Amino acid sequence: MTEIANGQQILPPDYTLKEPEPEHCPGPESENAGKGDSCQGCANKEVCESLPKGPDPDLPLIKENLANIKHKILILSGKGGVGKSTFTTMLSWALSADEDLQVGAMDLDICGPSLPHMLGCVRETIHESNTGWTPVYVTDNLATMSIQYMLPDTDSAIIWRGSKKNALIKKFLKDVDWDYLDYLLIDTPPGTSDEHISINNYLKESQIDGALIVTTPQEVALLDVRKEINFCRKAGINILGLVENMSGFVCPNCKGESKIFKATTGGGKALCNELGIDFLGSVPLDPRIGRCCETGESFLDEFPDSPASTAILEVIESLRDAVGDV
Amino acid sequence: MSAETELLGMPESLKDIKHIILVLSGKGGVGKSSVTTQTALTLCLKGYKVGVLDIDLTGPSLPRMFGLENKQVYQASKGWIPVSVPTTSGGELKLMSLGFLLDDRGNSVVWRGPKKSAMIKQFIKDVDWGDLDYLIIDTPPGTSDEHISIAEELRWAAPDGAIIVTTPQGVATADVRKEINFCKKVNFNILGVIENMSGFICPHCAECTDIFSRGGGFKLASEYNVPYLGNIPIDPTFVELIEKQTGFKESLVDLYKDSGLYVIFSKILDNVLNGEVKSGTDQ
Repeated sequence: MTEIANGQQILPPDYTLKEPEPEHCPGPESENAGKGDSCQGCANKEVCESLPKGPDPDLPLIKENLANIKHKILILSGKGGVGKSTFTTMLSWALSADEDLQVGAMDLDICGPSLPHMLGCVRETIHESNTGWTPVYVTDNLATMSIQYMLPDTDSAIIWRGSKKNALIKKFLKDVDWDYLDYLLIDTPPGTSDEHISINNYLKESQIDGALIVTTPQEVALLDVRKEINFCRKAGINILGLVENMSGFVCPNCKGESKIFKATTGGGKALCNELGIDFLGSVPLDPRIGRCCETGESFLDEFPDSPASTAILEVIESLRDAVGDV
Repeated sequence: MSAETELLGMPESLKDIKHIILVLSGKGGVGKSSVTTQTALTLCLKGYKVGVLDIDLTGPSLPRMFGLENKQVYQASKGWIPVSVPTTSGGELKLMSLGFLLDDRGNSVVWRGPKKSAMIKQFIKDVDWGDLDYLIIDTPPGTSDEHISIAEELRWAAPDGAIIVTTPQGVATADVRKEINFCKKVNFNILGVIENMSGFICPHCAECTDIFSRGGGFKLASEYNVPYLGNIPIDPTFVELIEKQTGFKESLVDLYKDSGLYVIFSKILDNVLNGEVKSGTDQ
């Protein structure tokens, strides 16, 4: 086995364009690359024409690599900081608590990877063997993959445009030796852009069970979450349900409850009713969740009797029902 | 535009703008848009002419923050006319966001990098801002297409620098570190770090709970040797003010004047404005 220390070296060769893509660029990797109206006179015309076209030849390889994974779940939200990674972490801990389940957690947030911090394995590195990249194992039955493991330095910035991020995501799907998994949980960055389009395209042949949408109660967050739901519908991604995070805070001193992120428009539940999505539950804001995520410990193990733990486990139960696994 | 004319320097549209400030954070949901909004409101209350540009294309929050959803942008001979926020404070406040260009607020913008870059280029070149004291640019989380593009578009415009927003917990500052490294790579001057969501004062018993821990922003700033601008507590009344502003007679600018956060922001921005004498474009 060889240790991979530097993220730059292991990526597939990236093509270089002679100038930034013009407006109305059909996309260097699209079928019409080099043939569009805006391609005439573009300095990239030849580069784009020479790139491989047609259906992605890697799709069958991805399908083969992921063939032994039963359920693939995306964790999505249009908004940042609502708890996608926290919830992915909770799901990972809760599912892997069952020793008979094999769980994988994949971090698609290339520019701001959080999963390794929350699972307490930031300093791990990826190893390569003849079966591909070996993911980092947090426990015997919990495997994770993130760009964080490849950074030369914990604080290194990944200043990549979309095409480079897509290449890495493909690598995660095609070349990581996931082996057999009951669940592959896919944590995503906020927004509806390259990472989201790519993961959906790459998994077209291997089927995603669906997406879990995470939101917070206030309308500014719901506004972005609507966009994500709209994206799922356009892209044909099944929505397994929505969970509302950070709803309500109970003061540890006086036990009085405050609505910090006030649901002036009815919160996640009203959104679910409006758009016909299953509401899986709401999880209260508990400072101890954040603290556990800092240290990489399982909140569910540390505080099993807290209202937040109960709420999280209920959501996970409903989610397992939604993917038809009891 | 050919490569030669581009070399001539600053885009025409930015010529009458005195200062450009970016609001950045590697992490999502830490309050970039909220800090942008409050920075703009505070500067406006101080009597400045302020423009706000939202380059979060897939999740534009600013139209909602300023209570301007459903407003339209018009095309004039000199470019797009940004939407004005009504104010009686003596200053001016204008906003440009992709949110104004969508038919329906629930519509998603599913764009890959090149399209986002083209849009940002247009936002920089084709908006008729007029005379501005400050242009505040709100960004999406991360260090990717939008950030590379804005750095490229602003290379001749000599932006004053970036305000970095973080929340206190280590998981957030880990991402924000990456953003600071990004700023160093593209030579953005860092005006300072703001720690947002720093403590919550219980309205029932006045006990302060550090929901997302405390002190991460200060630690980050001292580690990287950049100015620490201060911390802002979680204030549910601000969220409520934003959400319910359309129900009031007064404009948001006037409402904000009475908010407890205005005092804090006013102090923070005084520090930034003073710092600018040393590092700004006036030099």
